[in-house]
Amino acid sequence: MRQMGGAGRIAYRRLASPLHAARAPVAACYGAALATAALIVEHPLLLVALLLAVLAAGTAAGVGPQLRRAARTMALPILALTVIVNVLVSREGLTVFARLGDWGVLGQVNLTVEAVVYGLVFGLRMLVVTLACMLVICAANPDELLLAFRRISPRSALTATLTTRLIPVLGEDARRLAEAQRCRPDRGARGARGRLAILRATVGGALERSLDVAAVLEMRGYGSAGRAPAAGRASSRHDLSFALAAAGLLAVSAVVAGGDLAPFHAYPLISVALTPATFMIAAVLLGLALVPFLDRRGIEP
Amino acid sequence: MSVLRFDGVRYRYPAGDTDALRGVSLAIEPGEFCVLAGLSGSGKSTLLRAAAGLVPHFHGGVFSGTVTVAGLDTREHGPAAVGAVAGTVLQDPESQVIMTTVRAELALAVENLGRTAAAVARAVEETSLALGISHLLDRPTGELSGGELQRVALAAALVSRPPLVLLDEPTSQLDPVAGDELIWQLRRLNQESDTAVVLIEHRLERCLAAADRVVVLADGAVVCDDDPRGFLRWAGSHARMLQTPGARLLEAAGLGPPPAGVKQARATLRAHGLLEAARPSPERSAAVSESGPARRRRRLPARRRRGGRTVAAPALAMGGVWHEIDDGPAVLRGIDLELYAGETAVLMGRNGAGKSTLLRHAAGLLEPTRGNVQSRGRVALLLQNPGDYFLHERVELEAPAAALALAGLGELGARHPRDLSGGQRQRLALAVVLGGEEPPATLALDEPTRGMDRGSKQALAGWLTERAGEGIAVVVATHDAEFAAEFATRSLLMAGGRIIADGPVEEILAGGWYFSTETARILEGAGGALRPEQGAGILRARMSTPASSSSEGEPARELAR
Repeated sequence: MRQMGGAGRIAYRRLASPLHAARAPVAACYGAALATAALIVEHPLLLVALLLAVLAAGTAAGVGPQLRRAARTMALPILALTVIVNVLVSREGLTVFARLGDWGVLGQVNLTVEAVVYGLVFGLRMLVVTLACMLVICAANPDELLLAFRRISPRSALTATLTTRLIPVLGEDARRLAEAQRCRPDRGARGARGRLAILRATVGGALERSLDVAAVLEMRGYGSAGRAPAAGRASSRHDLSFALAAAGLLAVSAVVAGGDLAPFHAYPLISVALTPATFMIAAVLLGLALVPFLDRRGIEP
Repeated sequence: MSVLRFDGVRYRYPAGDTDALRGVSLAIEPGEFCVLAGLSGSGKSTLLRAAAGLVPHFHGGVFSGTVTVAGLDTREHGPAAVGAVAGTVLQDPESQVIMTTVRAELALAVENLGRTAAAVARAVEETSLALGISHLLDRPTGELSGGELQRVALAAALVSRPPLVLLDEPTSQLDPVAGDELIWQLRRLNQESDTAVVLIEHRLERCLAAADRVVVLADGAVVCDDDPRGFLRWAGSHARMLQTPGARLLEAAGLGPPPAGVKQARATLRAHGLLEAARPSPERSAAVSESGPARRRRRLPARRRRGGRTVAAPALAMGGVWHEIDDGPAVLRGIDLELYAGETAVLMGRNGAGKSTLLRHAAGLLEPTRGNVQSRGRVALLLQNPGDYFLHERVELEAPAAALALAGLGELGARHPRDLSGGQRQRLALAVVLGGEEPPATLALDEPTRGMDRGSKQALAGWLTERAGEGIAVVVATHDAEFAAEFATRSLLMAGGRIIADGPVEEILAGGWYFSTETARILEGAGGALRPEQGAGILRARMSTPASSSSEGEPARELAR
């Protein structure tokens, strides 16, 4: 039984948006630029600007609910994890607010405000990177990406194609197996034992499944031809605007990091510059990310 | 030059004890529409895979003889090269779609031929228009229905415009409407572009009217190669399991020649002056149009005897059941259903009508978003893939010995479940779901006849009737009206998540067009006859009355053979 309702899934669906109208490699570069910018800059205000940029881009691309739901679900675990790990391993902060004594291999553990703040900033960065990747998953056609990849490395693309096809097929197999086990008179083995039995059966069936998929790929002549043709979709105004936006994001981030235009230091004491220039840079990053969405001509699928 | 040629082909699978193909010699000419028939295990799929180059390149094994596809010898050219001249569509649409969007799926085969981007775009556009799937081009393949997926698979096989297309039971998972559409799409393609078609199909009544030729395989060898009527004459004396219902109807009534479809059968009846008499009477039509609780009260017994005691409550009762998906449609819309002990019911309807979801609710796999489901005991549900029930290395570990014996598998306890045939796998899955300490009150089966030949279907129908005789309520979701007519007493027709018709199987199936048996279509539902022997009785009665004389004044009795 195929459940047709899937609007909330993190998966590609062709929508009427400027980002979807751009070719997949360009859309992927745009998402990668947002993620890379988040890895380059350190200032919390700029990271917040990039977070807002990703969420606003998702909304403008029609995938806002998915991204917001993911953000709500993941923000707390990511921030909690990075803060906990950082305060336990960091020895650099000076403002101690709790002394936890000797923790064996971790040694003397003192919790510092600086470690907490740096953990939060690092978590924010991870969140932006994760959401940017999700934006790419939702807005970049994976088939177009694979085609582009095939022009560079046919064998790797074949492996990627088989894998990307087999993962949902095996996932569906596992769901069916679990459902069938619930139909047994004893409702099937429960808990870890039941899951192990289903996993074993799924893996056992994976060979049959992979043979089926491989046979179809073979019959369709996959891998038999030389260089794959260039992507079928013609270049559009949206390709240019998103490519320029991606380049702009990378350039501004590099200049900000290289020139230390928005200084932020967590250790040994927290130092954050909240100058007009910082706010201006944040506005520039936000604007660069969102300007391509203003042009909504020719976006219908 | 033949588009496909087999010369003395013998083949044995790597782990096989016997040859799957035994000296097959065969030639398919350009533009031919050829149906491959035969019982399960006769070698049809192996022959098709040999034509696609998968045998022996993909499967291995011992191969001798030659297979030539559009001039390519498969010993020298693998499936990829053969794929450029022969498109192949297999049984399971899920495994045949590779890419994530329909457009990319269609483009894949042409891209692999090294065509330019413009040529790929044109091929995709024209193929999608020809097969009526242009509206699906930008849809994710993961969201398509079974019928849509199979049409996409057919389009992907045809996009490079091969002179030959090979199809292995492409309609087995489709509802009657989608199945008929696919067959006629193939016929149109065959007539308009001279594409040769080789089609494997168990439900021969569905495709013989479109075919030019029928090739029958038995134990890996060709035993009949004739036009459809010649094949039906041969089947009447050599392989009665392959006879179509229409052929059996006319043969039982002593009429001939055997018809390759409803049109030919009706032409024969018309020539014999039997057609007008077979039209449904106004009284019967009125009875069929009656619906609702009044009729249901009359049909369903208020009380049934089960296990020596009288029970009044239904074995399964659904009251106002809705199933609504988050961010999605309502799959069930207020289902009211009561099923009594010993009753045999079929659920019919198009793909996506809600049949499988209804059965899942009956078995408690799903919780209604509104309404309630009550059962007077366990509901044993057999889902569409019997293999999903097997977790162990030996048959005897899957189910209790008594259940295995009931399913006729007592002798196969030491075998691995995956080594069983399709029919045996299904019986093992039935043994698994029936094998508890408490016998089920209701037995539900979801599409149990996929890929089954007529003999296996008859055996299953008999087995289900026996279970009903033991007091189990049986409900089967199926697209196969002929199978439904074999065992069911009640038919429920679903559409859009609702039950739109509920009544005795003779009323529902005799009055339909798609959801109907071939006998009923030939006789236009006369007398509620669904099976050939029932229809033949009606025809014989008509032949014995003066009213059945033809307009030319020739008594039908004299025309009967």
